[in-house]
Amino acid sequence: MKRATAYRLGFIAAAVTALEVLCRAGVIKPLTMPAPSVILGDLVVILGSGKMNGAMAKTLANVAIAIVLSVSAGVVAGAAIHRWRALRDGLEPLFATYYAIPVYAFYPLFIVLFGLGDVPQILIGFMLAVVAVIVNTLNGLDRVPRVLAKTARIYRMGPAEAAFKVTLPYAAPYIFTGVKLAVAYAFIGVVGAEFIMSRTGLGYEINFAFNNFDNAVMYPLILLILAIATALNMSLHAWEIRLLRRRERG
Amino acid sequence: MRRSWSAMRNAAALTVAILAAWQLLYEFAGTYALTAPLATFQYAAGMLATQSFWVHVAETGRAFLAALAISVAGGLLAGFAFGLHRLSGEVAEPMLVALYSIPKITLYPIVLLIFGIGLPAKIAFGAIHGIVPVAIFAMTAVRNVNPVLLKTARVMRLGPWTQVLTVLFPAALPEIFTGIRLGFSLTLIGTLLGEMFGSQRGLGYLLMTAIGLQNIDVIMAVTLMLVIFAASISTVLIVIDRRLHRAA
Amino acid sequence: MSEPQVSLRGVTRIFADTGLGAEVHALGPVDLDLAKGEFFAVVGPSGCGKSTLLELIAGLSAATQGTITFEGKPVAGEVPDGVGVVFQEDACFPWLSVEDNIAFGLRRAGLAADESRRRVGHALKLMGLVDFARAYPAQLSGGMRQRVCIARTLVTEPRLILLDEPFGALDQQTRLLMGDELLRLWRDTGATILLITHALDEAAMLADRIGVMSARPGRILDIVETRWPRERDSRIVADPSFGEITGRLWKSLRQESLKTLGKAAPAP
Repeated sequence: MKRATAYRLGFIAAAVTALEVLCRAGVIKPLTMPAPSVILGDLVVILGSGKMNGAMAKTLANVAIAIVLSVSAGVVAGAAIHRWRALRDGLEPLFATYYAIPVYAFYPLFIVLFGLGDVPQILIGFMLAVVAVIVNTLNGLDRVPRVLAKTARIYRMGPAEAAFKVTLPYAAPYIFTGVKLAVAYAFIGVVGAEFIMSRTGLGYEINFAFNNFDNAVMYPLILLILAIATALNMSLHAWEIRLLRRRERG
Repeated sequence: MRRSWSAMRNAAALTVAILAAWQLLYEFAGTYALTAPLATFQYAAGMLATQSFWVHVAETGRAFLAALAISVAGGLLAGFAFGLHRLSGEVAEPMLVALYSIPKITLYPIVLLIFGIGLPAKIAFGAIHGIVPVAIFAMTAVRNVNPVLLKTARVMRLGPWTQVLTVLFPAALPEIFTGIRLGFSLTLIGTLLGEMFGSQRGLGYLLMTAIGLQNIDVIMAVTLMLVIFAASISTVLIVIDRRLHRAA
Repeated sequence: MSEPQVSLRGVTRIFADTGLGAEVHALGPVDLDLAKGEFFAVVGPSGCGKSTLLELIAGLSAATQGTITFEGKPVAGEVPDGVGVVFQEDACFPWLSVEDNIAFGLRRAGLAADESRRRVGHALKLMGLVDFARAYPAQLSGGMRQRVCIARTLVTEPRLILLDEPFGALDQQTRLLMGDELLRLWRDTGATILLITHALDEAAMLADRIGVMSARPGRILDIVETRWPRERDSRIVADPSFGEITGRLWKSLRQESLKTLGKAAPAP
């Protein structure tokens, strides 16, 4: 194992241990935060009881829908925008400032428009994710060197065939970066929206537990969400590195 | 000069397109769902004229500026430390990246439990949103400084602090600034989110109460003002960012 | 010769644990003396440790074994006063103008403002940069940026100037002309010059003595004396000895280069 990895694991272990000690000693009061071991135990109980299965399914389903929508719409939009210079130039300021705009500010609007159901949350997740996909698709398509288009013509490929067999595979790793971001953003968007105002989902359950001073439910759920998000993002990141490594020298 | 003119023309065209789409949506969805662009601007202007609105703005502003200061100072400190000390940087980087991509809103209850309801919680929440990109970008910036520039500084026999201040920092500045720009946006988002609960004042609070009252006018007007504010500052920062990168 | 200005004895550089597992024996043992005011070139196959040698003499890194002295005092990991280095890559500070870049070299010197200005003005004239004093490096060509770096080194009036393949990125004609400029500077300043180059003709044309290095771990295989007159320029290539000298250099070098070619690419 690399030295850095060992240090990292050591650091995390030390931090968790320190937390455990501080909690058990009463320096951190149980009302503020229970000990890590207690949180873990509570999580096992919750998962075992199946009480949160509905909320988990709801959140993950909404996240998945947001991802699918943003990736498909994003790639198609990216490809279309890439073809029309004028459109791209026109949208450029939007893409540049997009992530500066507090997208959550639109959530109240969506609630009023669509009611307090799944749609506003999926919409927020979609809005956060789609531009990342578009921008990275554009970047990937930009990187396709002209010589490949010429090569496709020499093989007498039609435009659709060239797109599928040459352009898309070339741009794929860069588009994947967009997908990776879309997953993270969809997660952030949906869970965040659930937390702000909703009737179902893990975000809602955490908010509910918080308002009821129910640390035995709140902390394990927070841990669960963080664990799922981290696992998801880390595996996608590792995959992305592998894809990009094939393209770079050493 | 031609580039900035065409950029402005694009932005103008985009704004017109958005306003047109908005108007069309309003025609389609009706008065209970949206307010028309002109009406929204007028309502916003009206809000800007009231004293109470500025009380909310001041509240958000206070929290935001404090959070921003913490994000930038803390982020730069961490970024430089991790950038200069290879091993720490290698250890810390995946953790920073993980922090960047988790839904930080789930940490909000913990922040509230630690800081209680009020200004410190909002500042803390804004800061945890902003500090991570500043740190990550500062770290990468310091790492990516061309080693030949530092070797040159050593050949000139400059002391270590002089090297950091007069060579390392200016060389890393473009990338550091990008991190600060992102940190700005994210700190704003974090502060607003923080205000959406557990707060009695502030723009986030305004939005949340407006939902409860189904007050479309307030929702749309405040959202509009926030979008304009965020977009304008962001554009200014982007222009500075581009200038810095071009000089490099 | 009288007391050499730079002296290396048994200098070895071993890089420990580069992450690729084993340690890398990059250089040495090397014994070398440089006389004050001479123009010495070093040639060798790629990866033989030429740059490492330069960095050791400059004090940018420390030798694993052996001693290095500059003007009688030992050099170990710290850059001594009176040494200037021109690197292979563009080392101009992109955020400063040409003028400010050159003046930056005087930061440590603590000179009075007008002496500073005089030296900078002189360096600008010497390197033909007067018209570009306010320009920024990004606006200049590669050759001009190298001239800025050379100017920046010159203002400190170094007694030893080390150049690591400074003209590597330039085209042939520009290289020849820059070589002439380097000779002119050498004569004007009276400094000792150590030039690392992979171009045999450049070494043969410019230097008083040329050290040929072996493949990694680099050692000095041969030292060729050119015996050129001090007043020389690139037209020296017409001299009959020029062909002999380059021939002799290539004879030693060819063997070593073949060895390098046979191996895998050297670790960066």
